Amino acid sequence: MKKVQRQRIFLGWFLLVGIFLLAGCDSEHRFVKRTAFKGSNQIVITFAGPVDEAWAKKLDHYAVYEKQDPDILLSLAAAALSQDKTTVTLTFQEPLNQEQPHVLSLREILSAGKSQGTALVTVKKAYLGYLLSVLLGAMIIKNFVFTKYLGLCVFFGTSQKKSTAVGMGVTFTLVMVASAMMSWFMYQFVLKPFRLDFLQIVVFIGLVSLSVQAVDTILRKVNPALFKAFGVYLVLVIANCIILAVPLILANNEYNAMESLMLAVGAGGGFLVALFLMSSVRERLETANVPPTYRGLPIAFITAGLFALAFMGFSGMSIF
Amino acid sequence: MAHTKKSNSQLFVNGILSENPIFRLALSMCPAVGISTTVMNGILLGVAVLFVQVFSSCTISAIKNYIHPRIRIPTYTLTIATWVTVIDLVLAAYVPAAYKEMGIFVKLIVAFAIITMRLEMFAAKNPLIPSFWDAVGMGLGFLFGMVTLGAVREILGSGTFLGFDLLGAKPLLFFILPAAGFFVVGFMMAIYNYMDLVFKRMKEKKG
Repeated sequence: MKKVQRQRIFLGWFLLVGIFLLAGCDSEHRFVKRTAFKGSNQIVITFAGPVDEAWAKKLDHYAVYEKQDPDILLSLAAAALSQDKTTVTLTFQEPLNQEQPHVLSLREILSAGKSQGTALVTVKKAYLGYLLSVLLGAMIIKNFVFTKYLGLCVFFGTSQKKSTAVGMGVTFTLVMVASAMMSWFMYQFVLKPFRLDFLQIVVFIGLVSLSVQAVDTILRKVNPALFKAFGVYLVLVIANCIILAVPLILANNEYNAMESLMLAVGAGGGFLVALFLMSSVRERLETANVPPTYRGLPIAFITAGLFALAFMGFSGMSIF
Repeated sequence: MAHTKKSNSQLFVNGILSENPIFRLALSMCPAVGISTTVMNGILLGVAVLFVQVFSSCTISAIKNYIHPRIRIPTYTLTIATWVTVIDLVLAAYVPAAYKEMGIFVKLIVAFAIITMRLEMFAAKNPLIPSFWDAVGMGLGFLFGMVTLGAVREILGSGTFLGFDLLGAKPLLFFILPAAGFFVVGFMMAIYNYMDLVFKRMKEKKG
């Protein structure tokens, strides 16, 4: 009973921290309720209260750009206010690239004569679908092993048996999520505000070692049975480049907490999928008649090449 | 350790042939598959690895008596990370175009098993000079592997070498595809194995 209780407390803390992170990264303005894409070249903004018509109709008050290049302002064609004066529809001269999040700047919002301040909000595709596409993207479409060629040492080392492959994949996913979230937090709240970007590599590799050690200690105390099954793989996790690649990608793309979580889970899950597929083939290769010069690693590489070719079929696919 | 008795020149050759990091030890495979599409990429990443390997080997070898054995792995990792940061900033400043193409791989040198392994197995137990030669040998072995892979893929895939047109045609476009990296590495490993077999047979005949 005690063990179960302790696990519950641990889970509770984890959830609390997660909720805090989610709430902390909400950057929307208090007066702007929601924003969304509409059609191919429109953005709809819903305000919390009615805005003044004179303000809403003037195009100078809006500035829109893609999050990645803030220098290129997108040119507006028209701004229309709805009947109840709470919704503004912006029409652009050219179709928008809805894969990219857009940043929308609203200057000195006027509501019933009073200024509501300047708002800087992001416009994204339907959020859950977007998150799911990040997850599936990292897992299958841009599988880290077969399309980005990362983590190969551990991949070839632990894909000989199915049981080893699953153990490694699960352990890796756990550590991946823990270390990616810590790295994201460090980068957003320490490295970036203090302009210490150049320390990225040192800090991230330190955090990875730290989380491996932490998972090791926690698992040993909380669930010894699980530790016996998965403990051996923990050391190998550090030698996997994916675990360092994910924090670097998070930092480069300025992902928020939820996106980071999805990318980390996707990367771990993708590694698990790749390991499982590979180990299934390699178990059968054991009994196959392979030429002596190809036995062992060479044939494993060629198998992986065939998998990579198959995974190329997913490239360019987009969900939602 | 068998290595300790070897002379400096043996250490040097060791890394290139009998313990080639890519084809024999099968370590640091990610860049070998991922960015060996051209010779230039191979040379640049090879030089970066050589630099990191030599400097971290020398650092660890010089301070090995002050490192507590229990924290040796974190110490190695931090040393490597420091040198990788140095080379990362240098490459970004002087060859921005090539740096962009190599993308994340330069930063990932930190996680290359080959460097940590050499520190643990050699530099932590040997004096400065042999460690230096061992590191140079390993780094050159990696460079050699990357250049060979790059040459095979560039010549067969796009018919050029270092950007110069050699064949005037693109014989096998397949090799420039990212996925072909796996095949080329597999074939090269098989060739190394084959040479091994041939040498063994020759020795047996002589004996």
